[in-house]
Amino acid sequence: MSALSCDTLLESRARRRADADEDSPENFSEATTPRPAWAAESPLLQAEHVTRLFGPEQGCQDVSFTLYPGEVLGLAGESGSGKSTLLAALSGRLLPEAGHVRYHDGKDWLDVHAVGESRRRTLLRTEWGFVEQNPRDGLRMSVSAGANIGERLMAQGARHYGKLRQAALDWLRHVEIEPARIDDTPGSFSGGMRQRLQIARNLVSFPRLVFMDEPTGGLDVSVQARILDLLRNLVRELKLSVVLVTHDLAVARLLADRLMVMRRSRIVEAGLTDQILDDPQHPYTQLLVSSILKV
Amino acid sequence: MDAILKVSGIGKRFVLHQAQSAVLTVLESISFALFPGECLVLSGHSGAGKSTLMRILYGNYLASRGSIRIRHGGEWLEMAGAEPRQTLALRRHTIGYVSQFLRVIPRVTALDVVMEPALLRGCARKTAQSKAEALLTRLNIPERLWHLAPGTFSGGEQQRINIARGFIAPWPLLLVDEPTASLDETNRQVVLDLIAEAKAADSAIIGIFHDRSAREAIASRFLNLESARAHTGGESFHAA
Repeated sequence: MSALSCDTLLESRARRRADADEDSPENFSEATTPRPAWAAESPLLQAEHVTRLFGPEQGCQDVSFTLYPGEVLGLAGESGSGKSTLLAALSGRLLPEAGHVRYHDGKDWLDVHAVGESRRRTLLRTEWGFVEQNPRDGLRMSVSAGANIGERLMAQGARHYGKLRQAALDWLRHVEIEPARIDDTPGSFSGGMRQRLQIARNLVSFPRLVFMDEPTGGLDVSVQARILDLLRNLVRELKLSVVLVTHDLAVARLLADRLMVMRRSRIVEAGLTDQILDDPQHPYTQLLVSSILKV
Repeated sequence: MDAILKVSGIGKRFVLHQAQSAVLTVLESISFALFPGECLVLSGHSGAGKSTLMRILYGNYLASRGSIRIRHGGEWLEMAGAEPRQTLALRRHTIGYVSQFLRVIPRVTALDVVMEPALLRGCARKTAQSKAEALLTRLNIPERLWHLAPGTFSGGEQQRINIARGFIAPWPLLLVDEPTASLDETNRQVVLDLIAEAKAADSAIIGIFHDRSAREAIASRFLNLESARAHTGGESFHAA
């Protein structure tokens, strides 16, 4: 894949904006209602029997699913159920002992674990993103906020300082960080700001697929609401596909289109998020849902 | 004119694993077809399964048996066993739902809540916003509330926000669950007018109304869920 320039990225954003601004027909006659999208659409990610165990029922086993463009898939379950192991296997960080993960890059299917390390790295800094629970793991703490945001663009060949800086300023604004903080290092930021910076750093290259590991996990509730709101809007505006690990079912309800519930390394229930939360079928899911405190 | 919805033999049993796997049968075998421009009113006492049927039709509950076919973009789609993205596409373009209670999301303003279904369909922000403002005005929500998150609004205000959200886009099939429940007379009439306009524009509507005069003003026909169950001789409870 040829490296994208900063220019094409900005254009692509302008184009996606323009698409969203186009008016849709007012009526719902059959001529104007779009044909069902699933008829032609090709999946983005496919997991087949993915297994990686560290002990009996520790890790993940026999996980299969298909993710389509624009879908947000939540992985829910309690600590130790294998959510993070599965996420690591899906994103190519961890080699499964059985099964396959395939990614469709727009032209071909790639076996995520069989492509070379350099191809996988390219994927991770262009078409993919990975938002860590702890922003320290996803940011470069010693360089400025602006440099954190610009890094992916530079890795893709952008060299024009003015444009890199402009992209950084735009993204700071998108994630509600004062643009004047562009030259500060993340060390001087609060936890919520760091998380928002990590989101900007990942999304600046307009990835197609983003993995998120408890993105609001370590944050205060008031800070959490702001990040959820931000993620919800960005996911929609950029038409991102997301695999989101969360143990918080309220977060899943807000962000995920569909949900897979994990227990002791296995998927026990999968489906539309509303359905899993309103009409859970599996005893474990019923227990989880009925254990939520309401305020 | 062709039907928009064909429901045949749907039933719903809840298995409560946290309560010694008690089985609760709420719907036995419901069948009906619905045509554009019709309003079907669900009747039956509290607990007869009216809201359960609505949630099944919207995909929040899984039917235990039977078939639900909906005309979507010129094709019939079977909801039983549909993939999440199919159900979501239905919700984007074909089925609207005014639930009893507004789901409040922190930081999201009343105006954004109302505009969302139009934006999800690809409507321009400006157009969506002027439509939302017109609806909020019509439903007597004061302008000073438009840019606030509805978390602190009164029950009646939240309900009207929910109604504005439901009517911002035209739906081939619209589900309304007690839309007039906590409204004063003026706003109740606005809601009945909105429903009548949707009907006139060929939306098919399924509604639950406790208010008898509302029911009679709007219904094209009724579906009594108790007699539907009585016909099949079902029982409400079984011990597992």
